[in-house]
Amino acid sequence: MKTSIRALLAILAALALTVGLAACGGDDDGGSGSSGGDNASTQASDGGSAGGTLIKRDEANASKTITVGSKNFAEQYILGEMYAQALEAGGFKVKKQLDLGSEQVAFKALKDGRIDAYPEYTGTALTSFYRVKTDDVPRDPQKSYDELAEKVKADKITALPQTAFQNTYVIAATKAEDDKLGNPKTMTELAAKAGSKTSISGFPECRQRTDCLLGLKNVYGWTPKFISSQGQYEDLDQGQSDLTFGFSTDGALSTDKYVTYEDDKQLFPPYYVTFLTRDAAIEKLGDAGQQIIQDVQKPLTEEVMQELNSRVAIDKQEPRKVAADYLREAGFVK
Amino acid sequence: MSAVLAQADDLAQALGGGSSSLGCTPAPADRGAFLDALDFVVSERESISGGVCIGGPGELLHLAGSHMLVSAIAIAVAVIVSVPLGLWLGHKGRGEFLAVSVSNVGRAVPSLALLAFFVAFVGIGFTNVVLVLTLLAIPPILTNTYVGVRQVDRESVDAARGVGLSEGQIVRRIELPMSLSTIFGGIRTSAVAVVATATIAPLANVQSLGNPILEPQTYGQAGQLGAAIVVALITLATDLGLGVVQRLVTPEGLKRTAHSSTTKRKRFSTIPVLRRTQTP
Repeated sequence: MKTSIRALLAILAALALTVGLAACGGDDDGGSGSSGGDNASTQASDGGSAGGTLIKRDEANASKTITVGSKNFAEQYILGEMYAQALEAGGFKVKKQLDLGSEQVAFKALKDGRIDAYPEYTGTALTSFYRVKTDDVPRDPQKSYDELAEKVKADKITALPQTAFQNTYVIAATKAEDDKLGNPKTMTELAAKAGSKTSISGFPECRQRTDCLLGLKNVYGWTPKFISSQGQYEDLDQGQSDLTFGFSTDGALSTDKYVTYEDDKQLFPPYYVTFLTRDAAIEKLGDAGQQIIQDVQKPLTEEVMQELNSRVAIDKQEPRKVAADYLREAGFVK
Repeated sequence: MSAVLAQADDLAQALGGGSSSLGCTPAPADRGAFLDALDFVVSERESISGGVCIGGPGELLHLAGSHMLVSAIAIAVAVIVSVPLGLWLGHKGRGEFLAVSVSNVGRAVPSLALLAFFVAFVGIGFTNVVLVLTLLAIPPILTNTYVGVRQVDRESVDAARGVGLSEGQIVRRIELPMSLSTIFGGIRTSAVAVVATATIAPLANVQSLGNPILEPQTYGQAGQLGAAIVVALITLATDLGLGVVQRLVTPEGLKRTAHSSTTKRKRFSTIPVLRRTQTP
């Protein structure tokens, strides 16, 4: 039974990879993962090649297989590919099971040992896996990470140190709308200037969440008109709404077309990325493997992550190539 | 550490997020997904992420009302558009290619994609959802109407023409009643598809029973399953209800033969056989 599920998952993952990465050619044959075009290498990475030191290949790792997972959206694909390719560069044998769907699916796969590790957001993990109410999630990034690191121990999972960037909610407007509202800087100012006639679009999910629409009322005393949609920035472009709930690392935000507002009353919980890893896999990774994870995520600031996401969302590049380019541009691989 | 927790509690209270002020409590601990889903349908509980009461008959009735309204309008528009068109095409005996192609292509287009596509033309909202669901509903009704009319005995039509009925009268008095059963078959197929698909309505700012399905962080698994059960029940009820209407509107004299063409004809073989033997 278990093997048949595993086989099915493998087929699904293989399919996803074939479809998603057909343009890249090649296969999961380990190696440096340095496929990719020349045009990208001429693009300067915002994060700069300053941070990276070349990952050393340790042949002793060749006998260790690490299965890296990810959820099914661009940033997760990029992160999953990035960690996987970095570990490959370090000599590990890496299997990829990207495209695991929702966090529930990914977390179950992790607990069941079908994957060894995947990148998860601190806020998501606390609320979705450990039933912490949104309002009770510590707003201090370090405290929320500490709380998660403590909680995952019970599931024999280690939360590796979190990233420098977070992918939390953000309210965005077009430049024109921002001018109309008198260029507020913070959400307090925005709430005061926008009032209840302004419309804000967001996923249906937003409507009843205290860290989304409900929070605007509770924390900022602001009740804008809510439009549930899947459009996000398209809603702004098409004039369907005045504001939209986005994510702070959205590729669209790297384009200068949109303005975001500071969450000065800390309505949104921290959503930093931690590479959740099974304790069994931690042993396989060893200190060197864990160091690779920490090193490659270090240059990822919010701006860098936005730019990487934009390569997928706007330039339509494959996440696999984006991750490979990032590792090369940052100097982790040649 | 405890100071921090106390602070967090104070904050939660200040925000009105404390469960005590909510008037509902979190769902009881684990007792199986199905029971939990049923409980979601019958009683209110605190949302997964906290701070709001969800579920129970009140909310589900509200969502079901909106769900049924948008579905009913879509089906009505689809009937108004495709029944006359199908009758006309069927009567003229042309456009089979059109009727069949529309049906096949129409069923292949994903509604979710249409929803996003139409935002550019009609904006986000009720019209958007109605349009998408109407397009989903048209193919089965159009095809069934066309096929229904084509299946009407040509002798009956010829006889009607012989006694002096106009073409319009032939359509209204002969072809429409005799194909009503097949047409309703199409409407039932469409209605089932529309009611099930209306769960995507929240993606275009129309609330429906899709809300609990599309908001797992608020409603959790119980909400997803609970709403799905309610949708399934409504779908079944719609189908059965239309089945009753179908029987009611079919003229008494046609019930035996029209209810379904070939299979039933064998059961009541004595009647049609008489007519059949007269056929050259």
